[in-house]
Amino acid sequence: MQNLTDDETRSLRCVAGMMIPASAAHAVPGADDDTIFADIVAGIGRDMAHVKQALHRLDHLAGDTFADRDLATRLTDIGTFQKDGGVELAALNRIVVQCYYRDDRVMRSLGMDVRPPFPKGFEVEQGDWSLLDPVRARPAFYRRTP
Amino acid sequence: MLERVDVVIIGAGASGGAVAWSLAETKMRIVCLEQGDWTKPTDYPSNGRDWEARQLAEFNYSPNRRARETDYPINEDDSAIRVANFNGVGGGTILYAGHYPRFHPSDFRVRSLDGVADDWPIDYETLAPYYAENDRMTGVSGLAGDPAYPPKQPMMPPLPLGKSGATLARGLNRLGWHWWPSDSAIASTDYEGRAGCINLGHCTGGCAQGAKASSDITYWPAAIRAGVELRTRCRVREITTNEHGMASGVVYYDAAGVEQFQPAEVVILACNGIGTPRILLNSKSTRFPNGIANSSGLVGKNLMFHPYARIYGYFDEVTDGYRGPGNCIWSQQFYETDPSRGFVRGYTYEFARGQGPVQAAIQGMGTGRIPWGEAHHDAYRKLFCHRTGMVGICEDLPEEHNRVTLDPILKDSNGIPAPKITYTLSENSRRMLDHAIARGTEILKAAGAHDIGSDPLILDGGWHLMGTARMGKDPERSVVNEWGRSHDVKNLFIVDGSLFVTSAGVNPTCTIQALALYVADNMKKRLATLFD
Repeated sequence: MQNLTDDETRSLRCVAGMMIPASAAHAVPGADDDTIFADIVAGIGRDMAHVKQALHRLDHLAGDTFADRDLATRLTDIGTFQKDGGVELAALNRIVVQCYYRDDRVMRSLGMDVRPPFPKGFEVEQGDWSLLDPVRARPAFYRRTP
Repeated sequence: MLERVDVVIIGAGASGGAVAWSLAETKMRIVCLEQGDWTKPTDYPSNGRDWEARQLAEFNYSPNRRARETDYPINEDDSAIRVANFNGVGGGTILYAGHYPRFHPSDFRVRSLDGVADDWPIDYETLAPYYAENDRMTGVSGLAGDPAYPPKQPMMPPLPLGKSGATLARGLNRLGWHWWPSDSAIASTDYEGRAGCINLGHCTGGCAQGAKASSDITYWPAAIRAGVELRTRCRVREITTNEHGMASGVVYYDAAGVEQFQPAEVVILACNGIGTPRILLNSKSTRFPNGIANSSGLVGKNLMFHPYARIYGYFDEVTDGYRGPGNCIWSQQFYETDPSRGFVRGYTYEFARGQGPVQAAIQGMGTGRIPWGEAHHDAYRKLFCHRTGMVGICEDLPEEHNRVTLDPILKDSNGIPAPKITYTLSENSRRMLDHAIARGTEILKAAGAHDIGSDPLILDGGWHLMGTARMGKDPERSVVNEWGRSHDVKNLFIVDGSLFVTSAGVNPTCTIQALALYVADNMKKRLATLFD
């Protein structure tokens, strides 16, 4: 599998930070945080080709390596890129959020237990089964066949 | 050449496991060849924090994205819907949601009742005892008394209604529309050595708990204990025939990629609605130049998916979110034909609970509800664990132009031609999807949703693969007879979703497995005259 070049890595980090910046109000890091970004790069996998295409497109819009342009230019270029949409945008979104939303600090901020689903599982309330009473009262309505 | 066996089964999925288990009592020598592997419970994504990421990769339901060594590629360029499957012991049941509805009696009489497609050569009453036996082997959770169905008795209590189910049920009650707890192949309590569901919320990535009834933990352990041999990493290329026009065995590639020939008295295909026609079409000979069992010309034709629409909404109150099995309740308010709706046949609503944190972000960003930048966090927190909704699963009618053929270029890792799918959505399906979105929106409004969205067609929702080797009494209009035997080759049987004459508006696994038991039972009853 191909790896990102140094320029691509810098640009991707820049994109990740613009996509999900740190928030003091929610006490969470941005997606360009050292730990999260290392996870993002390690997890690109099947999306590598589309991620490279996305970064190439951003470089093209920027007229230079995306990460080297000033903030105003980058914001304009990101706006254009998002407006165009497509599989490259979807791939960038996917590789960033699939790592961001499993980070300890982010999960805690969302009120989630910092653990995988298995083996502990989760509680789901039974709910109010009396809601079914009017449906129980309904006569059978499936079609009889000849 | 390997030692001759009585029966070779191709495919160890939903139907392969069922037919193997049922035939095992005959004490015939039975071998099953499966191209994939066993999946260990510790391999499933929900064991790790990266559970959602792994479902987007090696546990993805698209074989083209998953692209494991054990997968074969599929050319979907000319298809409105993309295939979803899994190749391994358990087949598609490894990644299915465990929705387990039966067909309705009317589903077997589509031509008689509605003047479209064809009637099945069997009826609900014929399959009813096999449905019941399959329910027992699988372990079905649900609730007796559903007015949309003839009487049936689930093995275990229903899965919990939860916050999401209760919210949606209130909306349905306000409209006076039908709903009922879903029949699910998920153990709500401990069942036959399987642990009950602990609400991992990740059924479609494979169940680490073993509560979901994938056939690798239901039929296969019982079949193997009864003497069936299951060989993994064995990919079948073709079925061979002898000078009498009977199947003589199968050619396959073993785990080392070495070509093997397995002679057999009987060949059973259990490879799903794509894999089965692929092998049939690739089994060409002088006697069968268009593929084996294809004198009707219908092998690969009449491919049916279930077109799905997704309708969802966001609520002020918290939903179940990432907790709990996706299965919850269903509605069959619009299941039976009503000509005033502008389409024939109907659909089922299957209501979901919510989403994991990654999916919530992907879908929120994909629909523009969650922006990039500083506003991302507040927008995300308004939506996460506040969403629930449904899918409308629509009956797909058979059309010969929807088909599976062999791709002239694309091949799998063993050099076997890959399948090519040609499929267009019918006008009837389009109208049904539109209706499902409109009525689903009404349900969500009645339930109190404040932001409602929909996907008019789930493009990668080709979970159900049916119709490509249909059963029937007329050899010119069907591939196999009314008990699964090829019209052309009298020791060749098919037991998977290829058999379906029509698709109904419900998930097919329960019916696929009941049909496999029915075919096996017919074989057992006719052992002395099986090839007559």
